Amino acid sequence: MKNSSIAEAIPVSLEPRSVGTSDVEIEQAAKAAALKRKNTVYFWRTFVLIFLLGGWEFASSQQIIDSFFYSSPSAIFSRLMEWIIEGTSEGPLWYHLWVTMEESLLGFISGSCMGVFAGIILGRNSLLADIFSIYIKVINSVPRVVLAPIFIMIFGIGLTSKVALSFVMVFFVVFSNAFQGVVEADRNLLANAQILGAKGWQLTRTVVIPSAMSWIFASLHVSFGFAIVGAIVGEFVGARYGIGLLINIAKGSFDAAGMYAAIIIIMVVALGAEYAMTAVEKRIAKWRPAPLQEIS
Amino acid sequence: MTPAVELINVSRRFVTPDGKSMTALRNFNLTVNTGEFVAVVGPTGCGKSTTLNLITGLAKPSAGEVRLMGQSVNGIDPNIGFVFQTDALFPWLNVIDNVMAGPLYRGTGRDLARMEALSWLDRVNLTEHAQKYPHQLSGGMRKRVSLAQTFINGPKILLMDEPFSALDVQTRVIMHEQLLSLWSQSNASVVFVTHDLEEAIALADKVYVLTNGPATVKSVYEIDLPRPRVVSEIRYETKFIEIAKRIWEDLREEVQRSDRPVLEVVS
Repeated sequence: MKNSSIAEAIPVSLEPRSVGTSDVEIEQAAKAAALKRKNTVYFWRTFVLIFLLGGWEFASSQQIIDSFFYSSPSAIFSRLMEWIIEGTSEGPLWYHLWVTMEESLLGFISGSCMGVFAGIILGRNSLLADIFSIYIKVINSVPRVVLAPIFIMIFGIGLTSKVALSFVMVFFVVFSNAFQGVVEADRNLLANAQILGAKGWQLTRTVVIPSAMSWIFASLHVSFGFAIVGAIVGEFVGARYGIGLLINIAKGSFDAAGMYAAIIIIMVVALGAEYAMTAVEKRIAKWRPAPLQEIS
Repeated sequence: MTPAVELINVSRRFVTPDGKSMTALRNFNLTVNTGEFVAVVGPTGCGKSTTLNLITGLAKPSAGEVRLMGQSVNGIDPNIGFVFQTDALFPWLNVIDNVMAGPLYRGTGRDLARMEALSWLDRVNLTEHAQKYPHQLSGGMRKRVSLAQTFINGPKILLMDEPFSALDVQTRVIMHEQLLSLWSQSNASVVFVTHDLEEAIALADKVYVLTNGPATVKSVYEIDLPRPRVVSEIRYETKFIEIAKRIWEDLREEVQRSDRPVLEVVS
């Protein structure tokens, strides 16, 4: 806004202006503008956070909302500190967190590996795809969490049942994306590789998998969240350890702060995983064009 | 001497997605002698690219026979190189890895492949861009990478499917010169498909004019312009203009007939 008013005030001339037109100056101005925008974004982000948490705390302390059900940020924070320092009633917090992470990670890794594998096999073989697609559609229509009791019954209340639930949560998402990525691999690229001399596995490894990679990564982003959902739902239904168990116990003792504290732990973990995934993706996908910066 | 490429009475039919049979080529005859540069021109969508797919072995003829150096085509022949109309570089590989792809597929060691690739990049003047990714290059540079990627395999038969149609006119002329210089050193037999008649005449020894689909050969013209040719200047020579006029008369009929809505078929 400021710039435009200055431009109006100064008569326009066709002579090259000495101020603000060299490359260095444009770059500096763009840098300053980018910094300013970044600061604005961070300021408002912080403001929104403080406003929401402050409002919650205020409403809770003034009895506008019932702190028995909605707890308050300070109560949740002190519960978190208590868990971190003294441990939970069921043993150290870190052990529960580790159990949940172990279940999710195993489910995530096995589910995504199998998903990618199956996606590539069916994506490369249209006959198999036609035969199995109907079954995959049918199984996929089952809401996954209803399998939790069955897995607990089959595998017991230990690690295996949660890994199995995480696996089915992850598998179908990754499978369908990998399948789609393989099917949509550029026909010209495939033909080019074949004429250059690629055969069988070479073709899959050097053309099919790289072209499906961005599809696969898109699914991995969401599916780690699904893996955690699988593990926690499994723990709700029956477990001796895990964050899901903590939530269950907090529920049993009407401990709202404990439930929210467990949710926050899960949030932090999921966000951390998301960041790690993005970092890996950036490394692998460094060949993709980066958007140009606009000069304004 | 056996010709490098022969299409003998070839027909090719498709079944369209809605189950109808469609003929792309009918009684098609084409001969390319060893070391000869043949251009194929015809109206858009008449089945020019289909001929190339038949020669690669990626498509099979419904009738007739395709022979490469006297042998009936059976699968993809390692002597073939193909330059595509659209970008067919691997976007996830940088320039040098793209050029190395052929030798690596064919079992050459990494170090040797890298050395060969560097020498080919030098020949297309891209040495300083070896570490860049395709999206960082201009259209002309990408085409030169494609040429290096194809020529590194030492193809005896070079197939080109409107390779320069996406480039601007000036870049295209430069690419023509580049192609002729690479080709003159390689002694490959070329089938060059294009809809640009001047391009065909400037480059080729023989121009095949195809009819509107289903395509068959309408006429064949020998281009007896002397080599080496300077593509940027040859188009102003009287002889060139004479030939162009004669072939255009022939081609115009077909183009006019094809200038109506057609069903696009992907082969």
